[in-house]
Amino acid sequence: MAELNTGDSGGGKKGSKKVRSKKQNSKVDLTAMVDLAFLLITFFMLTTTLSKPQSMNLGLPDKDDKVDTNVKVDENRTMTILMGENNHIKIFRGLLATPKLAPKSVAYGKDGLRKDLLAQNQQVKAYTAAQGKPDQGMIVIIKPSKKSNYRNLVDVLDEMAIVGVPTYAIVNEFTPEETKLLGDSAGPAAAAPTETATATQP
Amino acid sequence: MAVKMKKKSTSTDMTAMCDVAFLLLTFFILTATAKVPEVLPVDTPASTVQTKLPEKDLATITIGSGKVFFDVKGKDVRKRTLELMSDKYGVKFSDDDQNKFAIMESFGVPIQSLKQVLDAKPSERKNIQQPGIPKDSLDNQLADWIQNARIANNEAHQKDLEIAIKGDAKEEYPIIKRVMDVLQDQKINNFSLVTGLRGKEQ
Repeated sequence: MAELNTGDSGGGKKGSKKVRSKKQNSKVDLTAMVDLAFLLITFFMLTTTLSKPQSMNLGLPDKDDKVDTNVKVDENRTMTILMGENNHIKIFRGLLATPKLAPKSVAYGKDGLRKDLLAQNQQVKAYTAAQGKPDQGMIVIIKPSKKSNYRNLVDVLDEMAIVGVPTYAIVNEFTPEETKLLGDSAGPAAAAPTETATATQP
Repeated sequence: MAVKMKKKSTSTDMTAMCDVAFLLLTFFILTATAKVPEVLPVDTPASTVQTKLPEKDLATITIGSGKVFFDVKGKDVRKRTLELMSDKYGVKFSDDDQNKFAIMESFGVPIQSLKQVLDAKPSERKNIQQPGIPKDSLDNQLADWIQNARIANNEAHQKDLEIAIKGDAKEEYPIIKRVMDVLQDQKINNFSLVTGLRGKEQ
């Protein structure tokens, strides 16, 4: 396809050389130009469509104070995620005083939080199915502390989307016990967080 | 003669192809929007959600290093927003200023000093220290910007303005919470969090 027209391309034949070379010169080879043009087209096409930032949608409940915030939920279905500083998380199920799952530290990501979420989700599903209300799923309460950062929040919300938790809420109130629990692992004794967590158990 | 004919047929006439290629190239160059330099560079956290942000009817609140910046899409909406804001705060802007504001990127100054930013050349704006938009309860300009942008957008496009929060991954939670509170005070309970792309397996 590509054919380079150099000055002496028609030099193979004698006699008609002059006429031929003049004729050939009038035709410019456009292959390189077309190549470049298509390269640029591809570049602009991709950059225009791919540069749109992604977003995750977050719907929060109405902040109306008249609504009764003390909605009673089944403690067997709830799981609380406490987010501390330095990417620490504590999770427990049920009430903190009488937990279904003792508070423990987990890490962010596939092998940490997601594993636990999936396991708990299965348990809750089994529980609600036994209760005869299989349409009710797990409820996750996300509690970001003041020391947690925005990446932690997005990570946790992302896990919710991946695991498919039907109901989750961001709660900002911390009880003193929860603060203590979180403080234990975030402090200098962070080397053995699991032991500390179980030690607070009665 | 027969040999010569064969040789000719190998080279195609690329003029038409070249024309089309450059036509498309021109189209994509003209439709592509130049990427505006970010005044406040933020490192967005990654997530697996695939939803894209809309191109228009969008206000972006950028949060980074404790500062809050604001940006609305659409020249007409921006102009009207500035008008409403200048009425409310009694800060006068000339037509020239309004036109500059219409094509400006996001900003993070109190409205009283917005004129200094507008007066600067676009290339010099990056060097101006922008302290962020005041958002505490005494001087809540952020809430007014959002509210007026919503009014302006509704007037111009008869559509609700969507709000996106673009936070830095290392930003601490309280300031994110503060911005969410500002939004919720205006009954905006649904908004987007801008995130980067992450692979499924992580």
